[in-house]
Amino acid sequence: MKHLLATDGLDPAFATAVLDTAEELKHTLLGREVRKLPTLRGRTVITLFYENSTRTRVSFEIAGKWMSADVINVSASSSSVNKGESLRDTALTLAAAGADCVIIRHPASGAAQRLSGWLAEAGTAVVNAGDGTHEHPTQALLDAATLRERLGSFEGRRIGIVGDVLHSRVARSNIHLLSALGAEVVLVAPPTLLPAGVESLPVTVSHELDAELPALDAVMMLRVQAERMHGGFFPSAREYSIAYGLNERRMKLLPEHAVVLHPGPMLRGMEIASAVADSPASAITEQVRNGVHVRMAVLYHLLASEGAAA
Amino acid sequence: MTTVLIKGARPYGEGDPVDVLVEDGVITDIGSLDVPDDAEVIEAGGQVLLPGFVDLHTHLREPGREDTETIATGSAAAALGGYTAVFAMANTDPVADNAVIVDHVWRRGQEAGLVDVHPVGAVTVGLKGEKLAELGTMAKSEARVKVFSDDGLCVADPLLMRRALEYSTALGVVIAQHAEEPRLTVGAQAHEGEQAARLGYTGWPASAEESIVARDCLLAEHANARLHVCHVSTSGTADILKWAKDRGTKVSAEVTPHHLLLTDERLATYDPVNKVNPPLRTESDAEKLRAALAEGVIDCVATDHAPHAVQDKDCEWSSARPGMLGLQTALSIVVETMVRTGLLDWRGVARVMSERPAEIGNLTDHGRPIEVGEPANLTLVDPDAEWTVRGAEFASIAANTPYEGMRLPGVVTATLLRGRITAREGKIAQ
Repeated sequence: MKHLLATDGLDPAFATAVLDTAEELKHTLLGREVRKLPTLRGRTVITLFYENSTRTRVSFEIAGKWMSADVINVSASSSSVNKGESLRDTALTLAAAGADCVIIRHPASGAAQRLSGWLAEAGTAVVNAGDGTHEHPTQALLDAATLRERLGSFEGRRIGIVGDVLHSRVARSNIHLLSALGAEVVLVAPPTLLPAGVESLPVTVSHELDAELPALDAVMMLRVQAERMHGGFFPSAREYSIAYGLNERRMKLLPEHAVVLHPGPMLRGMEIASAVADSPASAITEQVRNGVHVRMAVLYHLLASEGAAA
Repeated sequence: MTTVLIKGARPYGEGDPVDVLVEDGVITDIGSLDVPDDAEVIEAGGQVLLPGFVDLHTHLREPGREDTETIATGSAAAALGGYTAVFAMANTDPVADNAVIVDHVWRRGQEAGLVDVHPVGAVTVGLKGEKLAELGTMAKSEARVKVFSDDGLCVADPLLMRRALEYSTALGVVIAQHAEEPRLTVGAQAHEGEQAARLGYTGWPASAEESIVARDCLLAEHANARLHVCHVSTSGTADILKWAKDRGTKVSAEVTPHHLLLTDERLATYDPVNKVNPPLRTESDAEKLRAALAEGVIDCVATDHAPHAVQDKDCEWSSARPGMLGLQTALSIVVETMVRTGLLDWRGVARVMSERPAEIGNLTDHGRPIEVGEPANLTLVDPDAEWTVRGAEFASIAANTPYEGMRLPGVVTATLLRGRITAREGKIAQ
């Protein structure tokens, strides 16, 4: 393992090792006044973000810093990228400057994989922090960590992913990871927000949220981006909310033990009712907390653990 | 007087080897012949002799992007690929939408002198799809434009397409359509299907092509005009073409070598060398296209030769320009997909790579039979030889080939343009 580019094809043993490490790190740091480990001292980690992001970039930055790595943030708007420099040239510059790891967020599907090719010679690790509508593997890993905490295991669990699957890298990463770990994934969305060819993914598909809720152990709400609301993907925000919003009535259809997740930022009132987002069933804040530990674990397995580089 | 004797060739790969004598650009004798004085001799050793290939769909990038291809380098690539005539698409910068530009392209082709370069005129001014370009002026210019196309873009407005088809009938020209309903392909990057779903590409649905082809077939029938469908990529389009041809519509169609061989399985690499428009489809589409070409539902092979600079290809997928080189690999891909599979014999290859494209493009001196009295536009092919593709060794300035490192069958050993050897043994003849 040299890079983390996708959960599609990811070795479940590696994923489980990351989850175990994250859990261990969480317990190690729990209650500590100084949350700093020396593990990545002397290593340079660069976050290269071509899209705006607060939670993912900050999460990676904190993860790197808690591991004592030198973390440098590069955003497209304030770098040579703004002068028209290509991704390839930017990548080579960062590698030449001594980056041990580049964490990339990019609007193009496959950008992280392309980057890993350009950096192969330099031996720089690449972590995909979201590429286009392809994947966001650390989000899936932190979702998995959160679900494992709440549910104990994945075997036989049925997890619903609700909303804009078509444009969601979070959905794709979760589909592959959760099914690889033994869970059953059901997608609930209007046909316009499901990709053509969805039947090739390890999922079942439904358009009726109410019908699915009683059998779900977890429901993962997806973000609906503003432009979708006017792009003809569905008639109106109101109709979407009526059909696919997770409200208090729907919460009652879920089993008692069911967990509610959302990758954020949330559209309260439309995708998810505030009463649901703030309920005990909601693990949304926990997702963010686990995000740091999972990203620490990923950096550990890529940069520090014995035999990590293969 | 120039005299060339091709000794021991098998026209169309049939029968015993014969000698073919070419004098002053014309085939003057076929049989068992003595070598005339001052004749240049090509020892064919039983290789296959075909009429020179004609490419209805080439991008030569001049004027505007001479850093990726010029008319001279593109002509060299064409000659090495066995071509004697190419149609240069209009999406240059500036666009070939007027007589000045098409005549410029025509003259530069003449200067290069390796293949006949026939400029394609734009259907609409600036390829904008808003207003008809001066088709008549271009048709009657020095370049005698015979094919019009906004290729790269679709003439999407049905009324404008109707007018273009109607207007073309008075000129005896053909309108070649890049069939892509633009509202169905906003942001599209790859074939809409399983691969795109998995890899997160915005889909380019088959119906975006098929709906335009169906519409245009009806419009062409209505206008009694000649429609040519560029780079057919889907199984459904083949069905529509068959339906339209059965109705008597004057429609012809081409398929690219890459749509015969490659599929969207290649998307998983994220390497934009595989990015084309229309996109690579599924194996079942490719299978249908091969069958349709063999049956004549699709008339011919056209390369869609599209040279691109390194920086326009060695980047992330969504930023990359679509297109791949095709002139120097076309014959080999046709051999691989059509000849070796038994779908076409060499007479069939002559039909799809030379005769039909010449007919569609209104060329009277290309795609002719190998007979005494016919113009000596000829291609000699070693059917048994294989070669390894090295993009950097191509005559094109660009090197964007998806076949890099692949071992391919079928080697063009000589090309003759009006009796003059333009390429021989993989090199441009001086």
